[in-house]
Amino acid sequence: MNRLRAWFLAPSWIVMGGLFLAPLAVIFAYSLLTRGVYGGIARPWTAESYQRLADPIYLGILWRSVWIAALSTVLCLALGFPLALFISRSGRHKNLYLSLVMLPFWTSFLVRTYAWMFLLRDTGLINIVLEKLGVIRAPLPLLYNNGAVILGLVYGYLPFMVLPLYATLERLDRNLLEAAADLGARPWSALTRVTIPLCAPGIRAGAILVFIPCLGAYLTPDLLGGGKSVMIGNLIQNQFTTARDWPFGSAISLALMAIVMALLVGFLRRQEEGLL
Amino acid sequence: MNRVVVNRTGLGLAMYAVAAFLFLHLPLLILAAFSFNRSRFTVWQGFSLAWYRAALHDSQLLEASSNSLIIAIFATVVSTIIGTLCAYGMWKRNSPALAGSLYLSLVTPEIVTGISLLAFYQWIFRFLRIPLGMHTVILAHIAFSIAFVVIVVMARLRTMDGQLEEAALDLGANHWQAFRYITLPVILPGVLAAALLAFTVSFDDYVITSLVAGVDSETLPMVIYAIARRGVNPVVNAISALIVIGFGALILISERLRSA
Repeated sequence: MNRLRAWFLAPSWIVMGGLFLAPLAVIFAYSLLTRGVYGGIARPWTAESYQRLADPIYLGILWRSVWIAALSTVLCLALGFPLALFISRSGRHKNLYLSLVMLPFWTSFLVRTYAWMFLLRDTGLINIVLEKLGVIRAPLPLLYNNGAVILGLVYGYLPFMVLPLYATLERLDRNLLEAAADLGARPWSALTRVTIPLCAPGIRAGAILVFIPCLGAYLTPDLLGGGKSVMIGNLIQNQFTTARDWPFGSAISLALMAIVMALLVGFLRRQEEGLL
Repeated sequence: MNRVVVNRTGLGLAMYAVAAFLFLHLPLLILAAFSFNRSRFTVWQGFSLAWYRAALHDSQLLEASSNSLIIAIFATVVSTIIGTLCAYGMWKRNSPALAGSLYLSLVTPEIVTGISLLAFYQWIFRFLRIPLGMHTVILAHIAFSIAFVVIVVMARLRTMDGQLEEAALDLGANHWQAFRYITLPVILPGVLAAALLAFTVSFDDYVITSLVAGVDSETLPMVIYAIARRGVNPVVNAISALIVIGFGALILISERLRSA
């Protein structure tokens, strides 16, 4: 059996090693080299790219990415918790509602981002309707700002929050809520003092599943933020295209990976069950 | 008294849920609705299929769609086979290192996956002198789809009764036969669900694809992105509506298979 199992795992090892781990090793090497005269890379080996990360400009971009991702995560939690609670209490229609949450998630991310461009731009539906109603005279600048980016991220990753929340709510022992009610707790205090604390693993899982992709977001800030809302993802892309500074782009990528992995390890230590 | 309060919160929750579902679905529904609008502007001027006709006669769009299809089919077939074998091997006995790198590939930001592949290809092709093209995109898609396949197939394997295989082995089957004739038929719905998932993930990818694509391998998301950068275009609404409907159907089938 062991020989057969080795044969079964070998193709995955080849693909993951050759097309995931090896590329990461290459950018690690690149991050320690110097930018070539015509872009690309050159010697000598140096840690200069990492030192440049401490530049206030780049720290500013990192900080903006962190707070945008954090705010999006908090909003996903606030919007997703009542929805998960509703689904977990909705009896036989549960699967239908879960599909309704997941369906937009599996339809094209690009199309969903484009849908918000369609709604938010100056001559988009929201501005036109508001103008027709006489609420505004000039179109509101809804697109190409941090607010649009956060909206796009919340819209994009809300299902990642709802699913783990639903999973923990589903497993919640109903008797505990009944006990709380019998002991005189009103629904609200039963929610804040029983349901939410018992949901902590789901909240942690949802938060990590939303925060990580938001932190590394590229498409959303690019399309909905215009040039104004630059996040780490856009900075990395820029280093590999326009700026042609591959060593620095590699160093930023690895710094981002380090943050992601630190979050993940921190999370997995507290959580007995896996992410998925 | 208590019952009234519970009912009121129940009603509040239900109303909230309706609003949340509208938030999730309305943008796509509006986008699709306006793909039937005669006017190019966001003012309703009557029903028309003009934008669908325009999309079907756009040679760039058609070529990009066929590229996307070819890439997605290749990537789906290969990643489904590799991922299924991997899930089965890991179900027999877990391999923490492989599981770790699969998880890592899942949480790595797409932009990092993309640029690391780009750097890797550039580095290798300095020696091999092969340009970027469909093959580099397909390889990239295989790599990022495997983790999805493994997760879906593994979920199916976990619900399977391990004694079925033991029975087959007791009756004289070898390990390969036990897999081929017992386990594989049982997990087949999960494998098909994984394939559909891999297909949508591959067909939809923009970030990684745009970095490792060559001049001859422009995909549909790349064309949509290029148009979206320039502003809103009703032709994109029409394609988007088709993608949403197509993906929706695939995912619903996939969900059915997973719960079958």
